[in-house]
Order: sequence, then structure tokens, then C-alpha cells
Amino acid sequence: MQLNTKHFGVIEIDEKEILYFPAGIPGFENVKKFTLLGRQENDVPFFWLQGVDDPDLAFVVTDPFAINDNYYVDADDDEIKIIEAKDPERILTLAIVTVPNDITKMSVNLKAPILINMDNNKGMQVIMKNETFPVKYYIMEKGNP
Amino acid sequence: MLVLSRKKGQSIMIGNDIEISIVEIQGEQVRLGISAPREVSVHRKEVYEEIIAENRKAAAAHVSPDMIKQIKIRKDAGSGNTESSQNCEKTNEDKKN
Repeated sequence: MQLNTKHFGVIEIDEKEILYFPAGIPGFENVKKFTLLGRQENDVPFFWLQGVDDPDLAFVVTDPFAINDNYYVDADDDEIKIIEAKDPERILTLAIVTVPNDITKMSVNLKAPILINMDNNKGMQVIMKNETFPVKYYIMEKGNP
Repeated sequence: MLVLSRKKGQSIMIGNDIEISIVEIQGEQVRLGISAPREVSVHRKEVYEEIIAENRKAAAAHVSPDMIKQIKIRKDAGSGNTESSQNCEKTNEDKKN
């Protein structure tokens, strides 16, 4: 199918690559379908979670485990019931990246990761209850030119 | 909005399976006990709003694929986090884009 994207114009994607977010993403509850773009590019730690229903909606995402060695996702099975996860190995975990005008203040949301069940392509954003990981985890060194 | 008065130890039901009870009242602070099905997510409103605000900010960013390609990060980089920071590489190209 053809997909209108925020950054890559109109592209062709396989419908198998569509991810379903039954509850949307907080703040964007009406957008239920997304797809990942740019994930196959080597050496680039960032890629895109593009809204399928809304071409203007695209998040920069990254692998939180690559950002922080001590990272883990703390969520009850019941909290993630919506994606029908059975096998933790089959869950793809992503973190949304916020890029402000001052790029040195770029941060990654480690508190509320995106979880995608690769067996059924269902996804959600889970908000961890503990305070271990921050909403803004800065990934650039402060004051770096 | 429905407003109910409750005393310590009393509770309210929302539907059949959500119960909110008043555990303790101390001055301006009220401790609530919430019993709800596990799939119902319960968060302090400010946490939920913080996530919404962060998502909106992330979605509004003016960042192009070319720009993102030039950003290099290192594991556990970043000051302002609780962990000790390490250097991270970033090209000067970022701002030009």
C-alpha cells in the first residue's frame, strides 16, 4: 500500500509492516496505526515511528537498551495485556526521542517506552510506575558544540 | 462533575470493579487506596500529563532524517542524568541542517 509520510514523501509499504496501537499513544489517542521507517539503516541509532492514519505524525525513536546499559522495562503482564504479549523475547522496545531547537538538550523518554509485540504487530506506550528512569534522559553531553 | 463527601475508611465504587477508598486524611493530604482490575492503568494525573506533554513535544520537533543521521550518541552519555556522563560525539553539522 502507499503511505504518505512526514519526511519521506509517498512510499510503498507492505501491510504486514503496519503496527496497531489499540489505545493510540497518549496525546495522540486517535492515531491507531503506525509503521517503523528507517530501521534498516546501519549505524544510525534513530529511526521513525510514522503514523499511518496521520502523515504529519512521526516520532523519532531509538533503542533504549543501546542508550542505557542498565535499562529495563518494569510492567505487569496486565498492564500490557492490550498487546497480548506472551513471549518477552518477541517484544520490541523503543524509546521516543525529543529533539528541541537546542539539539544539545536532546532527550529520550525512558519512563514511558513503546512496546511492540512482533508476533501480532500490536503496540502501546507503557508508563512505568517507578521513578527509576526519567521522562527526559539527556543523551548529548551538555555544552557540546 | 460528581462531588461526594467521604470520611476516612469509606469508599466509592466506579462501575463494578473499581473501588477508591479514603485510607488516611492528614491536613491537606489525602491517601487513597485504589483497587481496580490490573489492566486499568492508574497514574497520578501529573505523570500522565507529563507523558502527553513529552509526546507532543517529540512529535512537534523539526528534525529531518538527514539531521538525525549525523547525530552520534554513546552509551550512557549525557550529563544532567544521574549516571556519570561520558563523552558523546556530535558533529557540528547538526545545527546547519
